[in-house]
Amino acid sequence: MGELNVSEGLAQFNDQFKDMAKELVEKLEGNDLQGAVTLIEEMHKKRDEGLFREVGQLTRALHESIKNFHVETDEGTDESHSEMEAASDKLSYVVEMTAKAANKTMDKVEETMPINDTLLAEAQTLNDEWQKFLRKELSPAEFRELTQKIATFLQTAVDHSQSINSNLSDILLAQDYQDLTGQVIMRVTTLVRDVEQRLVNLVAMAGHIDKMTGMSHEDLNKMASEGDAMKGIGPQVNTDVADVVSGQDDVDDLLSSLGF
Amino acid sequence: MKILIVDDFSTMRRIIKNLLRDLGFTNTSEADDGQTALPMLKNGDFDFLVTDWNMPGMTGIELLKHVREDERLKDLPVLMVTAEAKRDQIVAAAQAGVNGYVVKPFTAAVLKEKIDKIFERVEG
Repeated sequence: MGELNVSEGLAQFNDQFKDMAKELVEKLEGNDLQGAVTLIEEMHKKRDEGLFREVGQLTRALHESIKNFHVETDEGTDESHSEMEAASDKLSYVVEMTAKAANKTMDKVEETMPINDTLLAEAQTLNDEWQKFLRKELSPAEFRELTQKIATFLQTAVDHSQSINSNLSDILLAQDYQDLTGQVIMRVTTLVRDVEQRLVNLVAMAGHIDKMTGMSHEDLNKMASEGDAMKGIGPQVNTDVADVVSGQDDVDDLLSSLGF
Repeated sequence: MKILIVDDFSTMRRIIKNLLRDLGFTNTSEADDGQTALPMLKNGDFDFLVTDWNMPGMTGIELLKHVREDERLKDLPVLMVTAEAKRDQIVAAAQAGVNGYVVKPFTAAVLKEKIDKIFERVEG
């Protein structure tokens, strides 16, 4: 993206300035004051020209970067739809997908639990009666009733197991969000890296202008992280960092060290 | 026992609600951030507050501070269930008067252990 040109431009500018400075010293030593003043004016002009060129390049790079963030939308009609907006949309889609999968899974679990509870309760009752039968504590009439109950239970067990099975495969299928959201997140990650690279290039170009104008900036990197922490930062992706706990045990240790 | 669950993600509220129900706590209400939760706490007779930290509107730590400042609510047991895992944050929560701190992702066993511990201490 023309980065090399810029560096070359700066180097060329540098060389020209050096040559002119030498010439200036020569003129001053040779008492050619008028020539020296003319030369200084020329140096000024050179600097301005260089500056205009650098600013021009920076502007063009900025413009290109902004243009590059645009993507074709599905319909190809909405031209104002930028890649950044698309990325936000994509991430909203991830939130939507994960919420849907979580709810679907919980629906199925909530549906399955009572089915299993019924099976368990019925099996327990039958088991108790079966034990009674083995201890010969059942009358023939009670035994007939038991065989009837066993027959009914076997049928419900088949039906319930089928529902449980189908719910379990629904839960399994609901996990497909990982694949879909994973792909989307990877695309967005690529975009963010790309944007970062472009910004780094722009900052480098702006740095040349700073050099030409002799400008210096206060440290822009100072960030107020204290306030952010109280707002909440979100999940820690890397728990190997010193000021981040690695899990519940770490939290418990920290709290107990505070007298909890 | 009446419990208020505060989290901006409905799925997380649902998970906590389910876990609490399994532990025998069936009387639960939900709020999606501190701003909605605070009036509910002030007007309701809640016995226990489970809150997330990072929420739009009013965060969990701000909610905790408001609860501790309120004459009627100041002794309400508060369990923070959050993804916030910086040491400074946990210390800040402890200083603000939290009764328990669970980091996400968590297990049913951890949630139960912390809740048991809180009530052991509150009742003991």
